[in-house]
Amino acid sequence: MSLVSIRDVRKSFGTNEVLKGVSLDIAKGDVVAIIGRSGSGKSTLLRCINGLETYQSGSIVADGIEVAGAATNLRELRRHVGMVFQQFNLFPHLTAAENVMLAPTVVNKVSKAEARATAAEVLAKVGLSEKMDAYPSELSGGQQQRVAIARSLAMRPKVLLCDEITSALDPELVNEVLRVVEQLAREGMTLILVTHEMRFARDVGTKLVFMHHGKVHEEGVPKEVFAAPRTPELQQFVGQVG
Amino acid sequence: MSYKLQFAELLPYWNVLLYGLAFTIVLTVVSTVAGIAVGTAGAAARTFGPGWLGRVVAVYVELIRNTPFIVQLFFIFFGLPALGLKLSETTAAFLAMVINLGAYSTEIIRAGIEAVPKGHIEAGLSLAMSKWEVLRHVVLNQAFRKIYPALSSQIIIVMLGSAVVSQISAEDLTYAANFVASRNFRNFEVYLLAALAYLLLALLTRSLLRALGRVIFKAR
Ligand SMILES: Nc1ncnc2c1ncn2[C@@H]1O[C@H](COP(=O)(O)OP(=O)(O)O)[C@@H](O)[C@H]1O
Ligand SMILES: [Mg+2]
Repeated sequence: MSLVSIRDVRKSFGTNEVLKGVSLDIAKGDVVAIIGRSGSGKSTLLRCINGLETYQSGSIVADGIEVAGAATNLRELRRHVGMVFQQFNLFPHLTAAENVMLAPTVVNKVSKAEARATAAEVLAKVGLSEKMDAYPSELSGGQQQRVAIARSLAMRPKVLLCDEITSALDPELVNEVLRVVEQLAREGMTLILVTHEMRFARDVGTKLVFMHHGKVHEEGVPKEVFAAPRTPELQQFVGQVG
Repeated sequence: MSYKLQFAELLPYWNVLLYGLAFTIVLTVVSTVAGIAVGTAGAAARTFGPGWLGRVVAVYVELIRNTPFIVQLFFIFFGLPALGLKLSETTAAFLAMVINLGAYSTEIIRAGIEAVPKGHIEAGLSLAMSKWEVLRHVVLNQAFRKIYPALSSQIIIVMLGSAVVSQISAEDLTYAANFVASRNFRNFEVYLLAALAYLLLALLTRSLLRALGRVIFKAR
């Protein structure tokens, strides 16, 4: 049984069809790396999975919850499906710990003390125990992104969506974030990552998805796909970025 | 220029003037608190609420921002009785002030909400918060921080503008000044004193709001 099942999803913005029938099956523990040119629909696909965007046809089921327009229980869905963004999006008026504690206290109604204990645990996991009481403006980009990951982890998601989470970072800060993601992968977290880090996709990914013009153009085991891309589009893409 | 100031002639009326000053202060404080509450609700409705409610609020805001305060006040005090709603001078004054500041602060707060990066809202939603929870815990603090200076200025403007309520005989500072002047004919002294009182009140309010801002939005 797949944890996330995407069936023939179509999505348009006005007359611009951005997803043209995407299907994907993601099992528990999979680390899916989605690659592809800018504008190929990668972000839109991720955003459909946690209901930030609606789609016109097809179906998405995530951890048993059907993501289907207005009827979706978005709160329940998003408790199971976390998301980390390119721009970190930490809440600037809250410390690192308070950023992490917010959703558990507001959504899950756990006590401040319990939320703080969880915050300490997840911030330790991303290597930021000493920064619990720092404000986002006092942290580097890499540290901010690790807090953002910890903030998602505090809700104990079954799946974590990561949309180019290292693309806004200075090159020397990329690795500290990738190491955290790699550790999550090793611990069995199901991850769906849109990434431009080809080496990371090959070494850590269990599944590679190449999107092109709103479709899954090629998919498979990362090492095999990278070693022998079948389509000329992926050959060209790998040649450019690789 | 050989006018001789006779402030002593105001002394018999000190209690009238003090009452007027107190009235103006209470009027300002109450309409500030209630007006900002209205403004917050209005701004929330315009940005996070259903479209029809946003349009209702927009009409309210435009109606108030494009008519003189004194006409709004007269409408409430002299106009509404025609519909059977007869308010005392004091109630009418408070109501008009809240409605007026409510409209202006709706616009100010809305601008603050719209300046909050969309990504912060999406991050909040992605953490399973409802949009109202996101508004309350993620958006409003940032919005108020951004528009606090503008809101402070508007509060001062409204405080000074409150002098107009004397026109319906609500017993504020200006009403008290008019009253005293009509008794002792010391117009120069009375209105000079009133002007100084407003000036002091404005300066005091400004520094009070600044201090309050520092406490609420503690420095990073
Ligand atoms: N909110 C939106 N409104 C209109 N068009 C959009 C919106 N978001 C994305 N698009 C369009 O959808 C296409 C795919 O965008 P996106 O999913 O962000 O691609 P990617 O993440 O692969 O770069 C692009 O052509 C983009 O312009
Ligand atoms: Mg994208």
